[in-house]
Amino acid sequence: MTSLSTRHIPDRLQSPMTRATRSWEALLLLVAIAIFIANSLASPYFLDPWNLSDASFNFTEKALIAFAMAMLVIAGEIDLSVASIIALCSTVMGAAMMAGVPVWGLVALGLGTGLACGAFNGLLVAGFGLPSIVVTIGTMSLFRGLSFIALGDGAYTGYPAGFAWFGQGYVWWVFSFELVLFVVMALLFSILLHRTNFGRLVYVIGNNATAARFSGVRVDRVRFILFLLTGLMSGIAAICLTSRLGSTRPSIATGFELEVVTMVVLGGVSILGGSGSIPGVVIAALVMGLVTFGLGLLNVPGIVMSIIVGALLIGVIALPRLWAMWRR
Amino acid sequence: MLKSRETILALAILALLAVIAARFPAFVLPANLAAVFTDTSPLIILALGQMAVILTKCIDLSVAANLALCGMIAAMMNGAAVPLPVILLAVLALGAALGAVNGMLVWKLGIPSIVVTLGTMTIYRGVIFLLTDGKWINAHQMSEGFKAFPRAQFLGLPVMAWIALAVVAGFALFVSRTPLGRALFAVGGNPHAAVYTGIHVGKTQFWAFTLSGALAGLTGYLWVARYAVAYVDIAGGFELDVVAACVIGGIAIAGGAGSVAGCVMGALFLGIVKNALPVVGISPFWQMAISGSAILIAIAFNARHQGAKGRIILKHAEVRA
Repeated sequence: MTSLSTRHIPDRLQSPMTRATRSWEALLLLVAIAIFIANSLASPYFLDPWNLSDASFNFTEKALIAFAMAMLVIAGEIDLSVASIIALCSTVMGAAMMAGVPVWGLVALGLGTGLACGAFNGLLVAGFGLPSIVVTIGTMSLFRGLSFIALGDGAYTGYPAGFAWFGQGYVWWVFSFELVLFVVMALLFSILLHRTNFGRLVYVIGNNATAARFSGVRVDRVRFILFLLTGLMSGIAAICLTSRLGSTRPSIATGFELEVVTMVVLGGVSILGGSGSIPGVVIAALVMGLVTFGLGLLNVPGIVMSIIVGALLIGVIALPRLWAMWRR
Repeated sequence: MLKSRETILALAILALLAVIAARFPAFVLPANLAAVFTDTSPLIILALGQMAVILTKCIDLSVAANLALCGMIAAMMNGAAVPLPVILLAVLALGAALGAVNGMLVWKLGIPSIVVTLGTMTIYRGVIFLLTDGKWINAHQMSEGFKAFPRAQFLGLPVMAWIALAVVAGFALFVSRTPLGRALFAVGGNPHAAVYTGIHVGKTQFWAFTLSGALAGLTGYLWVARYAVAYVDIAGGFELDVVAACVIGGIAIAGGAGSVAGCVMGALFLGIVKNALPVVGISPFWQMAISGSAILIAIAFNARHQGAKGRIILKHAEVRA
């Protein structure tokens, strides 16, 4: 498909400044700013700090998972079970809450369940060498299925007051716990992916796993850790979401996997692996949060938003390719 | 003989039936087995379409949404007093068109099928909402002929089961006797070799998606007519069952390998489990976890047969170096 015709090979690299301004992230940032301005023109209530703080709940939980998912996708894998991990974590926390476990215990159980689910995925993919798409389609059914077994059509409600802080509490002024967590995790994941050996290995594996193995990279160990990390972040998201909703149903977080993958792809991460950045995903999270919140202000129903999310997912990949075809 | 996946799967199904029959002999009466087969018909039809797609190294997660959209359109056309044959042709054409959209995006733009169908899955379901405003079409809004056709008895089986049997027979001929059917295996088995033999990889994938879509459209009518209700969320999550049926049936997710018999038995296995759960007194809420576990066991089992491959490649490379 890529023809080997004469290609223009530059004799010098573009300056870092030019590269930064022409990057996907810069384009995305422009889009984010445009949507922000459009929203503030569309509704007089948009620019209120408390309103903006409320808007952030639209994307923080999904973005937390998207950071880990971005690393997983860069390494050439995918995890479609994240929403089901949330459901299972939430169910375990709910069951523990009914048994009278204190708040710190609920948090530990949420994180532990997320890690266990991630380890299970990681074991099947990295340990047994099974394809991650099918494995996580299977665990997507299994994890949520366990929730359904535990809860049926019922729900856990009545979480202790102290537990509400994770999803409803504010650290300072309008800055909610979730928003602060989002910023902290964005920084941590940027450092992990862009400034550590481990991060470099993720790119190496995504570009050529075989070459990575021959260069002495412990490919399966890195893959396992990435699934573990995705499970852990899903656990954290489950704590925030459960705390925010104050209840657990087996259908909690349905369709989150679609939005998380969309965020990752919109952020410029190649779905085939090997390239992408955390800042891109951060901006993509802002864009998606602003779009859904703006549509919410215009009273657009949720299912119509999901059409837009689906179209965004395909459009973001299709448009550059159409553009390239048209220029040729 | 025991090495063949189909044999093992057939034995697993017989063992499952034996376990159920030990406690509930009525379950294995011919009339009940026919009812189980009829109930599994939509899954069988969709799994065969999915098989065509998976054979070409792709996956179609939009089948259930496609089914729901076509089913809703069928119900709406029925409301407008369109005759049934026209409705049947229309859902086939619409389903094929929706599948073709997936196929075009995969073929012309080279977007990974998982991304395309994850996107179209939500878009197709969203379109149902746009069409209906979230309203249901209930049994009393459907004509008698529309509802009766899938249930009409013909030689002891409902028409729905006959349609499934016809699709199975047609599909078996298609994959074994037609150039396109053989191309599905070639494209998935080795895309580069397929190109050198003059097979167009993208076009083959396109036709696989179109076929999967057409079958989803047909099933859309059958589903809506049989359950006599159409709304946004019908067959929600059914795509997972369809993929599960294929994986259990031994269709290699990496493409290029699988059989119609395996696929049908994979669907029947899930169908028997689903129908047996209420009989043996297990909550239907177990269904989801069971099909998830079945997927995982099946892929682990599939991989066991290819277990030594990685090591051999490494040794080979060392020898060359």
